[in-house]
Amino acid sequence: MNVQVAVREAGQQAVAQAIADCDIHPYPKSPKALYPFLERRWQRHLETYGLRTRQGYESGPAYPKGQPEAARRDAFPPGGGKPGSDLDFMRKQHLDPNHVALGILNPLRSGQGLQNGDFAHAYCRAVNDWQVAEWTGKEPRLKASVLVHYEDGPGAAAEIERRAGDANFAQVLLLSRTAEPLGQRRYWPIYAAAERANLPVGVHAFGYGGYPVTGAGWPSYYIEEMVGHSQCCQSLLTSMVIEGVFEHFPRLRVVLIEAGFAWLPALKWRLDKIWGRLRDETPHLKRPPSEYIREQVWITTQPVEEPEPRKHLLDTIEWIGWDRLLFATDYPHWDFDDPARALPLPFTDAQHRRVFLDNARTVYGLAG
Amino acid sequence: MSVRAPESIDCDIHPAVPGLQALLPYLDDHWRETIVQRGMHEFSSIAYPENAPITARPDFRVNGGKAGTDLDQLRDQALDRFGSRLAICNCLYGVQLLFSEDMAAGFARAVNDYMAREWLDREPRLRASIVVPVQNPEMAADEIERCAKDRRFVQVLMLVMGDMPLGRRIYWPIYAAAERHGLPIGIHAGSGYRHPVTGVGWPSYYTEDYAAQAVAFQSQLTSLICEGVFSKFPELKVVLMESGFTWLPAHLWRLTKYWRGLRTEIPWTDVAPIEIVRRNVRFTLQPIDAPPGDTFARILDHIGCDELLLFSTDYPHWQFDGDAALPEALPGDLVRKIMIENPQQTYPRLLKEAVR
Amino acid sequence: MSKHVVAPVRELPPGSRKLVQVDGRPIVIFNVGGEFFALLNRCPHQGGNLCEGKLIGLVESSEPGVYRYSRHGEILRCPWHGWEFDVRTGKSWCGPERIRTKTYEVGIEPGQNLVEGPYRAETFAVTLEEEYVVLEV
Repeated sequence: MNVQVAVREAGQQAVAQAIADCDIHPYPKSPKALYPFLERRWQRHLETYGLRTRQGYESGPAYPKGQPEAARRDAFPPGGGKPGSDLDFMRKQHLDPNHVALGILNPLRSGQGLQNGDFAHAYCRAVNDWQVAEWTGKEPRLKASVLVHYEDGPGAAAEIERRAGDANFAQVLLLSRTAEPLGQRRYWPIYAAAERANLPVGVHAFGYGGYPVTGAGWPSYYIEEMVGHSQCCQSLLTSMVIEGVFEHFPRLRVVLIEAGFAWLPALKWRLDKIWGRLRDETPHLKRPPSEYIREQVWITTQPVEEPEPRKHLLDTIEWIGWDRLLFATDYPHWDFDDPARALPLPFTDAQHRRVFLDNARTVYGLAG
Repeated sequence: MSVRAPESIDCDIHPAVPGLQALLPYLDDHWRETIVQRGMHEFSSIAYPENAPITARPDFRVNGGKAGTDLDQLRDQALDRFGSRLAICNCLYGVQLLFSEDMAAGFARAVNDYMAREWLDREPRLRASIVVPVQNPEMAADEIERCAKDRRFVQVLMLVMGDMPLGRRIYWPIYAAAERHGLPIGIHAGSGYRHPVTGVGWPSYYTEDYAAQAVAFQSQLTSLICEGVFSKFPELKVVLMESGFTWLPAHLWRLTKYWRGLRTEIPWTDVAPIEIVRRNVRFTLQPIDAPPGDTFARILDHIGCDELLLFSTDYPHWQFDGDAALPEALPGDLVRKIMIENPQQTYPRLLKEAVR
Repeated sequence: MSKHVVAPVRELPPGSRKLVQVDGRPIVIFNVGGEFFALLNRCPHQGGNLCEGKLIGLVESSEPGVYRYSRHGEILRCPWHGWEFDVRTGKSWCGPERIRTKTYEVGIEPGQNLVEGPYRAETFAVTLEEEYVVLEV
């Protein structure tokens, strides 16, 4: 156990120290905001056919959100527009008061998972260009994600190669609910390109793979979908490990985003046990699953689990590793984690720095 | 830890149906003929490939037969070895995978009658779960009514993955019948394979399939709680079997957090999820997904309740070596709770026997 | 405990709310159908600004599928995670015994016997007939 140098009052730390926020959601100011980056042919397509994913509503989800736009009610910019669409307001409400020194942008509803693959490629490219023009180009604290049409592995790899070396981009972004579990070989061109480009691959909750969101069928309620992101993340991580993604791409870094983190130790224990018993099924795996996870997987804190007493989370973090956790707020969504209040634990100075800043700098290659 | 607590109750063992032939005496004419006319195959689920390591520990395998089909071996290796006074049989012959409701009902009846005659009649220490045609909840309720008359049936068996999440109202006739008869619902690992076994698609490896079971249990616990099954059926007990349980604290932390903010969507869930679990949900012991050392104790501390675990060997599945069914160095009163008191409290039909 | 004048009653018509600072503490005052309630403007969960939350009714249920709606406008939902607080008592609707946001006594006092507060008495033309919202902190 680390010696506690100082037990800080919750609320004092984040005010004084710079933090990294590994999950911020920017949103276009209007539907046409992407037009400068989208060919006319796709502008017309968007206007005629809309964004068609593997779910039935043109607008809004079949699991309606808990708050409008799934956002904090106070995150609607006073000047109009959707939450997350106004950089100045984001600075005023979040980046400045919360001392965000590094913010990772994860645009959602951005063309990933569209049924029309050509449109998905074009839309993702447009959102990537838009992130640079409207966000990272104007605000040096922010870094963008390379959005890709992940269901087309080679096509996605091409977009990664296009952005490789561009310091605006910190990672490649995938969604969690894909057509096949993310460990499968159809996605390996993405990992190859990301590893070559030295970009981590972030996997964010949501998406529509086309299957029920649990292995047991479709739940009734939004709360079940939200809790269920933990289960989906466990399944995709299992796939990545057991299929051999980490064995095959030893320099690949994967960041699991917005699925919480307290579930990870029990999954590691179960995978180690099963792998050990069924070893002859997976001769390509040279090490126990927990070792791959320990070395190549990072995980964001949000939405932070809330045990009573909170200090149970210290066990959890020990089991995961103090170098694995990445603080995230999920601004501007309603299940936002406030940096000053979300993790009321007796961190040492060193632990706090790791979780709230240094781990992110390490995984995103921005250390120093 | 090698433990022999006299009077212990093993809450999950798997005697097996040797094959369709064994069911012939228990099928009506139409289904008996169907097997032959249509060249039906065995109901062997891919959830437990016959020669896969987890399916049977090497010393539990039966010479020239399917694991779990030899009563003498089962007596010796499961009952006598652990000093179990009682053991609950969960027959995993895959009637739940059929699509025809009538066929599923016909074969479920046959499996239950087979279990009663060939196992329960021959070994007084055995009890059983009622296999039901979950494909049609009304017919499943009928089968519960039929088998409940035999008090050696102590539970209703369902698989952790089927057509719909188990909290959904469509299944409530099953829970009503079970609650009426004081029978817990035993949800066991294994799928009906109606959907990919994960919410993100079909995996490639059996290793992933087995890992997916624990994840499915998490989804099902969420469903049972959020759909208000225990609001509607407050006396109902649900036992999660071969589910693992070390995932439970983190799952409840997450579910409770969301419940606090989204309560208005499910206003009938009016107490915290941990309270619901304390009152209504239990877990069989195997598999213990935890490394050796103090992890087991830490997890119990995180759960904050010592009434949830029910002793099981999961015989003949390979979950531990030798006699190491329990973690090392457990305090004696906790051993007693896990092996005797918690099972008695969970299964009213067993408790009545103990009292008698 | 001391009394603080916070606003003239007319600045707080039914359905409105006002955020004030008293002794360094942010407090939001609501007029719900002519009744006044005041809460500390900090959700006990993660500190969200309760003044930005919606006032809703209370939905209860005797069994799944039944939604019984009452107490329109008396439940404050935190604008962040949606925790529900009874404006009358500050009690939360998940674990009312344990989680509560601080409440303050709010009364209406006639113009004369006032303690100086954020609104200095001289700011408003005080008449004997005029009423002020007074906060007790």
